[in-house]
Amino acid sequence: MSTLAVRRRRSALRTLAFLSPWLIGFAVFFAYPLISTVYFSLMKYDGFNTPEFRGLDNWTYVFSDYPMFWPALRNTLWLVLVMVTCRVVFGLGVGLLVTRIKRGAGVFRTLFYLPYLAPPVAATLAFVFLLNPGTGPVNSVLDSVGLPTPGWFTDAAWSKPALTALAVWGVGDLMVIFMAALLDVPKEQYEAAELDGASAWQRFRYVTLPNISPIVLFAVVTGVIQTMQYYTQPLVAGKVASGVIGGSGQQFEPGYPDKSTLTLPQLVYNLGFQRFDYGAACVVALVLFALAMAFTALLMRRRGGLLGAGD
Amino acid sequence: MPRFTRNAACVLTASLALLATACTGSSESGATDDPNAETTLTFWHGWSAPAEVKAVEENIARFEKAHPNIKVKVVGNINDDKLNQALRAGGSNGPDVVSSFTTSNVGKFCSSGAFVDLKPFIEKSKLDLDALIPKPMLDYTQFEGTRCALPLLGDAYGLYYNKDAFEEAGIKAPPKTWSEFAKVAKKLTKPKGDSYEQLGFMPTYHGYETVVSHYMSQWDHAYFDADGKSNIAEDPAFAEMFTYQKKLVDDLGGFARLEKYRNTFGDEWGAEHPFHTGQVAMQLDGEWRLGMAKDAGLDFEIGTAPLPVADDEVDEYGKGFLSGTIVGIAPASKKQNAAWELVKYLTTDTESVVAFSNAIHNVPSTFEALKSPDLKTDPEFRTFLDIAQHPESTTAPNAVNGATYQLTLQDFGYQYESGKAKDLKAGLEKTAEQIDRDIEQAK
Repeated sequence: MSTLAVRRRRSALRTLAFLSPWLIGFAVFFAYPLISTVYFSLMKYDGFNTPEFRGLDNWTYVFSDYPMFWPALRNTLWLVLVMVTCRVVFGLGVGLLVTRIKRGAGVFRTLFYLPYLAPPVAATLAFVFLLNPGTGPVNSVLDSVGLPTPGWFTDAAWSKPALTALAVWGVGDLMVIFMAALLDVPKEQYEAAELDGASAWQRFRYVTLPNISPIVLFAVVTGVIQTMQYYTQPLVAGKVASGVIGGSGQQFEPGYPDKSTLTLPQLVYNLGFQRFDYGAACVVALVLFALAMAFTALLMRRRGGLLGAGD
Repeated sequence: MPRFTRNAACVLTASLALLATACTGSSESGATDDPNAETTLTFWHGWSAPAEVKAVEENIARFEKAHPNIKVKVVGNINDDKLNQALRAGGSNGPDVVSSFTTSNVGKFCSSGAFVDLKPFIEKSKLDLDALIPKPMLDYTQFEGTRCALPLLGDAYGLYYNKDAFEEAGIKAPPKTWSEFAKVAKKLTKPKGDSYEQLGFMPTYHGYETVVSHYMSQWDHAYFDADGKSNIAEDPAFAEMFTYQKKLVDDLGGFARLEKYRNTFGDEWGAEHPFHTGQVAMQLDGEWRLGMAKDAGLDFEIGTAPLPVADDEVDEYGKGFLSGTIVGIAPASKKQNAAWELVKYLTTDTESVVAFSNAIHNVPSTFEALKSPDLKTDPEFRTFLDIAQHPESTTAPNAVNGATYQLTLQDFGYQYESGKAKDLKAGLEKTAEQIDRDIEQAK
């Protein structure tokens, strides 16, 4: 073997050695689970017995015969579109507000950030209590001023807006990220815009937004992923509002009221861990995977990736 | 980095968060351990209230005294989800003896092998279960001939009523038929604006224990036909029950009004339960309510009775719905013979069953314990003991996919009681098809 060939081989091995932590992580935490999920989606598997090949039966069942799939998909898409949008808009709005406040900004930052620290179960329980149509203070106030009193978590038309309100209440994480981005926008660009006679909206539209667009995209992409994994809050809200909290051997089916709080991750859990149907659960997991890929790819393509105005 | 590569990397990173790893457990069977050797078992149970946990520990202490070579590590507050995950994962730190409140999951536990088949142990111990345990309890702890569990006390469902409210309304005795029940419920109802000062009975399927299966026990019915297909559209009992319940909902004020009132109720397991607070005058509930109601310090007298029956089934008055805690052995346990000693003791030893029943106010699950002079009974509790022994008392049959068929039927119940589903016959037919399809998928 020539010296050049030996050098090349050593170089390749060195490269592989440096890459190996990532390669191992990729293989163990990405490639293997993905391949397994595809494999089990074609099998009958209950977690105890040997998997049996089933072809596309699980796929047919989920798409044609499983009555919870389409409502869960619709709810998940609704939440991705509405909840993510609301969180980003409110996060940016609150970020703008606290960066402009001259006095007491620290207090406002703390007040807006604190809800984000509340554990999801506790926060959801608090919201269900506040929005209880029978005894909750929110409806009492609405009623006292003559406004309609929605059923919130007990009404299929209002349960997702109520969940959105809960998500917007905990927007402190986005507020901090947007604050950092807003404070990073070069001041001279605002000064130049002001000299050119730009209005407040024009300064926001043509100076602020282009500078923070990578952060907006980051907020949207992570928001979409988080919403695709949305599990705890709708489950707890549905469970508490329905009155079926278990304890006497009753099993709770998520989605109360009227399947309106069902999300795809709940189905993965319900099918895989409550019905012992790993195959169908894997089908739903793959649908989630495909959706997340599609959303992320679409956003990256449309917004030019993570490039800001200065890139 | 080129934009495509960067974007692709971002997409892959984003997607990574969504992937779940596929874990596989192992189900081993075959007991080779020596039950007389020194060993430590792990017992998982679902009780969480301090008094219940104390009762379990006392029961285990009695077992350890009787079996000095076996120590038991007790882990409480385990629900079915935690149990399922542990049974799948296996491993040396998992449980040896497991229990569940969800009787309707026995079909899943037995058919999947999540719980060990107890037949070899029962035969080795020469236990005649038919002579030991009431038939409904034997039925709900096995599936299609595989006995993977035994009953660890039982639950019987009956009617609780507020004797003071009955007296005030001039009602002399608890109703025996559903027709009488509807009249009594209306008589006890005191409207107040668009709500209630007192509701006779909360009939909706979200009214805690007023679920479809508990109602259905009071009609002669069969969920499945001889071929194992759903029978709910064919058996007229189901249509009768749904029709009756819907009329009761309408007669007591309508679904929307009742739901709004239900939202003022306290937690089912807390002191503010609507029966305790006087918000409802009658309640369908299990025998455990008696102890809870007394602990809540009520300012009215409680009465108990069997639930009413269909008008043409008066001769069966006294029956009710039965379920209970089940106990079995984890397949990954390496100490299955020792585990069997614990299961056998908990489920068949009269002293253990009676003491545990006295402590947690559940129905004893053996004939000997039911007639034991040590069993503490008062007239209210006696009602539930009688229901448990009534020959027509039933439980929901087990299915390969556990409680899924009950949840599917319950879901239709929500649609029907709320008025979203109008055509009962078509709804039951569609629900039956769904139940069959779900079972087919699980086979």
